[in-house]
Amino acid sequence: MEFIYDLHQSMMTNNVILIYEGDFTQETTKSILTMAERNLESSGEESTIKKRIFNVMVEALQNIVKHSDETECPERGRHHSAIFLIGNEQSRYSIMSGNPIRKENMPGLKASLEKINSLDKEGLKELYKEIIKSTTLSDKGGAGLGFVDMARKSGEKLEWSFVDVDAESAFFCLKVNIARFK
Amino acid sequence: MEILNIEGAEDTPKIILDKGNGIFEISGRSLPEDCAEFYKPVLEWIRSYSGDSNASTDFVFNLEYFNTASSKLILDILSALNDVKGTTVFWHYQEDDEDMMEAGEEYRDLVEMPFELKSY
Repeated sequence: MEFIYDLHQSMMTNNVILIYEGDFTQETTKSILTMAERNLESSGEESTIKKRIFNVMVEALQNIVKHSDETECPERGRHHSAIFLIGNEQSRYSIMSGNPIRKENMPGLKASLEKINSLDKEGLKELYKEIIKSTTLSDKGGAGLGFVDMARKSGEKLEWSFVDVDAESAFFCLKVNIARFK
Repeated sequence: MEILNIEGAEDTPKIILDKGNGIFEISGRSLPEDCAEFYKPVLEWIRSYSGDSNASTDFVFNLEYFNTASSKLILDILSALNDVKGTTVFWHYQEDDEDMMEAGEEYRDLVEMPFELKSY
């Protein structure tokens, strides 16, 4: 039972205010958003910051819903297993997510994240415009704009890493920071 | 023409397209799971309206929030409105919401019809 205490301590040390682990659907997305909104309402956070947090949360959660079915764990009988966290430090909020992806999709994902992180505010705006003009929604309903939008709302570089899981899959970890004061 | 009236929900906007009363408005939040499916009737309505439109059409966007998939569909709606003669788009945003203002400015740059930004 000590893991409960350990988990709690770990959340406190890392300033984590919300964790959700499990299946991700549009319904869970809505519930998590509602919960986070109530938290932010009661914290009296500035409305621009609240909207940016909401924005990044939606994109991160909908990314998980759309893409985490890429890998399945038949032995555990679970699909869509991913994790979503919100951190609240003194100077910033962090929206964090982790989900399994197929290794063959890693190079493409890396390339687009590296491109996004190489751009400044104006560059991101141009990239956004370029994509929105030329894109068509994918089978999964994505516009290919999620990471660009997260980077624009964040104003900081996206933090990301891949953790090796097995021969076919990796775990994609993403952290998007939102500064509290402009 | 029939009125298109979609009630808003926590993840979908309220939509009224009413030729008779000259009301054309999309308002609220837009983060549906399947954006293409959700906006299909809107695009179909505008396409059929373009063949039989009023002398002028004031089309209002009054969005609190939209996701990136919706942002693509909003551009599709604006493109469809481009074929409706006499259309002016009104982009409403909350005074302190600079991100929503900037989104409006970006759409204004991407389309060729009259496009006004209004804060409230």
